[in-house]
Amino acid sequence: MSRRDKMISKIKELMYQPENIRNIGIVAHIDHGKTTLSDNLLAGAGMISAELAGDQRFLDFDEQEQARGITIDAANVSMVHKYKEGEYLINLIDTPGHVDFGGDVTRAMRAVDGAVVVICAVEGIMPQTETVLRQALIENVKPVLFINKVDRLINELKLDGDELQQRFIKIIASANKIIKSMAPKEFKEEWLARVEDGSVAFGSAYHNWAINVPIMQKTGITFKDIYQYCKNENQKELAQKAPITEVLLDMVIEHLPSPDISQRYRVPSIWTGDIESEEGQGMINTSPDSPLAVMVTNISIDKHAGEIATGRVYGGTIEKGTEIYMVGSMGKARTQQVGVYMGPERINTDRVPAGNIVAITGARNAVAGETISEPGRKIHAFEGLEHISEPVVTVAVEAKNTKDLPKLIEVLRQVGKEDPTVRIEINEETGEHLIAGMGELHLEIITYRINEKGVEIETSPPIVVYRETITSQAGPVEGKSPNKHNRFYIEIEPLEESMFKALQDKKIKEGRVKGKEEAAKFMEYGLEKEEARRVWDVHERSLFINMTRGIQHLDEIKELLLEGFESALDDGPIAREKVMGIKIKLMDAKIHEDAVHRGPAQVLPAIRKAVYGSIMMAQPTLLEPIQKVFINTPQDYMGSATREVQNRRGQIVDMEQEGDMATVESKVPVAEMFGFAGDIRSATEGRCLWSTENAGFERLPGELQKQIVRQIRDRKGLSPEPYGPDHYLG
Amino acid sequence: MFYFIGMGLYDEKDISLKGIEALKNVDHVYAEFYTAKLFGTTLSAIEYIISKEIRVLTREEVEEFNIPLNAAMEKDVAFLVAGDPLIATTHTDMMIEAKKLNIQTTVIHSSSIISAAPGLSGLQAYKFGKVTTVPFPDENYFPHSPYLTIKANKELNAHTLVLLDIRADENKFMTANEGLEYLLKVEIERKENIVTEDSLAVVVARAGSDRPVVRADKIKSLISEDFGGPLHSLVIPGNLHFMEAEYLVRVCGAPHEFMEE
Repeated sequence: MSRRDKMISKIKELMYQPENIRNIGIVAHIDHGKTTLSDNLLAGAGMISAELAGDQRFLDFDEQEQARGITIDAANVSMVHKYKEGEYLINLIDTPGHVDFGGDVTRAMRAVDGAVVVICAVEGIMPQTETVLRQALIENVKPVLFINKVDRLINELKLDGDELQQRFIKIIASANKIIKSMAPKEFKEEWLARVEDGSVAFGSAYHNWAINVPIMQKTGITFKDIYQYCKNENQKELAQKAPITEVLLDMVIEHLPSPDISQRYRVPSIWTGDIESEEGQGMINTSPDSPLAVMVTNISIDKHAGEIATGRVYGGTIEKGTEIYMVGSMGKARTQQVGVYMGPERINTDRVPAGNIVAITGARNAVAGETISEPGRKIHAFEGLEHISEPVVTVAVEAKNTKDLPKLIEVLRQVGKEDPTVRIEINEETGEHLIAGMGELHLEIITYRINEKGVEIETSPPIVVYRETITSQAGPVEGKSPNKHNRFYIEIEPLEESMFKALQDKKIKEGRVKGKEEAAKFMEYGLEKEEARRVWDVHERSLFINMTRGIQHLDEIKELLLEGFESALDDGPIAREKVMGIKIKLMDAKIHEDAVHRGPAQVLPAIRKAVYGSIMMAQPTLLEPIQKVFINTPQDYMGSATREVQNRRGQIVDMEQEGDMATVESKVPVAEMFGFAGDIRSATEGRCLWSTENAGFERLPGELQKQIVRQIRDRKGLSPEPYGPDHYLG
Repeated sequence: MFYFIGMGLYDEKDISLKGIEALKNVDHVYAEFYTAKLFGTTLSAIEYIISKEIRVLTREEVEEFNIPLNAAMEKDVAFLVAGDPLIATTHTDMMIEAKKLNIQTTVIHSSSIISAAPGLSGLQAYKFGKVTTVPFPDENYFPHSPYLTIKANKELNAHTLVLLDIRADENKFMTANEGLEYLLKVEIERKENIVTEDSLAVVVARAGSDRPVVRADKIKSLISEDFGGPLHSLVIPGNLHFMEAEYLVRVCGAPHEFMEE
């Protein structure tokens, strides 16, 4: 039996011992060293040669990934690690760090129970570090920290022992601040990263070593020794004494929860079905014999095997060749193979029980976020996956050859399925389809993938996605139904800052309000009691509040009012962009006695007109997406780098100098960021490192408003000027 | 002058002579068929009688663009509506607008389902309560109010005239069977024992035609019967006077048991 076969049979055995499983993700800001670390872990587990680790980028198996030197998709590996007396199965997901691919991180977090947060010691906590840490904590995933590139602090920045410690303390403190605010209530203290208990490790993924306090105690290595090893260019010896795989996987096993422990607290927050039911108890107890419950977290396409669904088995056991039921799409399928990942390959195991990450072939038409159960047993669906950022850039695509037209639609649908952060709008009439994504790079990759799938396409220059909002209040405004026999009176005002922020940070869920419990949450974030109790709907970071009392028949048209409200926000009156950050209060309603005279054809236009008219009366304005841009450059080029930012309507937020390097933090409108990569490279003669982070929407400067509104309206084939309130309310 | 002219229930001959006279004299004739439709005739048959072109307007053209009233600012205009023009429609709004615009108006009545259905079913007009309409269910729209109206009427021992939705633009006209199914579905959701399979109902189909169908029976028998082409309506009786009961049995084919009660 080869080493590999042994490992596979070991994996099959360990899959049934949840207490010996760790499902983990590696997350970080871009270029902080995730993939290098993952490769090292694989090398340690004997999956690739130790020599190649760090160079090979085993998990970056996409050509684009190897060419660009970044991870684009989340990639998975299962491996076995010995710790103390036991053997453990580690299912690892390496995630992308570039801001454009944040959706993969969100989805990966649903599959794992713990995360190793890699932080570059030189750069410290970067915005994307904060984002991924938040994404983990929102999903109740426990973090541990690995502070990477420590050797560079010593050899390049020439910090002394004290400074080194100060640096570490600062990094850990800022990570803990986020953990404390975002971790589940019962774990706020327990999950803090602590140097003394070993939930923080330091090292160099590139040089293959890592260390934490327990290992220091065991081996007798001190910080002083590490300092000397680095100074003397003798990190090889350090790597032998404190190999990164041992240290980190030990830390994972020691500090990150096994599925049987984590499912107890995670299931109630990601699954709102009845916990006392058979399937609920099965998931809480990670039971392989209970009803099947799998949450699909990713879909990829394999040239030979077709669609492959990756997911987390929360309850029951998924087997090959059995029929499965997809709860969301209400479709059935038959599994062809089930197994675990080893990087680009999949190992078929015939069965995968609760507590593991599974690769399923044959789950036709599954999408990320889907719940899989047994055909005879339709279980309650898992909570949807919410991504923190949203698409801000769009391109229009057309097939180069008309014969590809039908195929293009199919390929676009496939792309949308593989990456749910992409929004696809298909227009069969014009043949011009829209793809919205997280940024320029994201769309470049998507375009590349479409070409890969054998359809040649032409893309428009990227278009920025704007938002509409208001800056003052208006009302009561009267919206009439076409037959004039139904009238709705609404007031409009900008949403409270605190509520808006809570929605932005996903502390409050969007959707129609179902129970009374949510009122307390609204109050916690600054809504008055009387309003909090009367919220009917949360949509696009806006509220619809019913302030009326005792109006007959209002309950029958409630859903229509909300449908009209939501559709008005999806397509605002200024330029048909989405509306956000408003509060609509229904103050009164006059409704026709008979159900046909107050049906959808009457109520939908009435409420839409009221919303549009009131927006146009409340000093409407266009918002544009903003990115934070971080540039790390030698002092000499700082001038040219900041000029590059200022030329793009950018604002410098902060500047720091360290040695002869400078870090510039700035905010730049996304609309101005196209082509930045090339320009900053030439401005600094290739000597800078830079990264971006989506930073929400800000008001478009007054002098640009008219021009941009007109541009958008032209592009969409609308009249050049938006209509005034009279158009909607007359 | 602005004439609201009722077209009555079924064919071109339901328009009153007064109506025909007015139609011959006006400058423009408009009609709307989105609230109801005449099945026994065609537009050209009416055009032939009045020797004039009729322009059929959509809901939008009437309600949003006010085409008939705008035309009436300078000319004499007739607006043709199925049934009696201001009954079971929302055209009172146009009357108000006309007053605001200082346009003179005349209403020329015709027969309406509001009187025809009670008449054909032999139920006394004095005993009817609120009228209701069963709408085509929609995503987000399945109102219980038709059922609740029947309930409120029953509490007063009153009969309920139940009209059935029309979507002329989609060529959809709700059948009596669909209307009854709708009410039974509400019964399943509310369980108040108001409209059950054993309840008595009356189906009126093609009122105004030479051979209207009037059928009274338990809902479970009616629900699978074929009542022929549109338009259909329903009556859900309250307590029956002995004359009403006898009429339902002898004229509308209701089972004898209803006479014995």
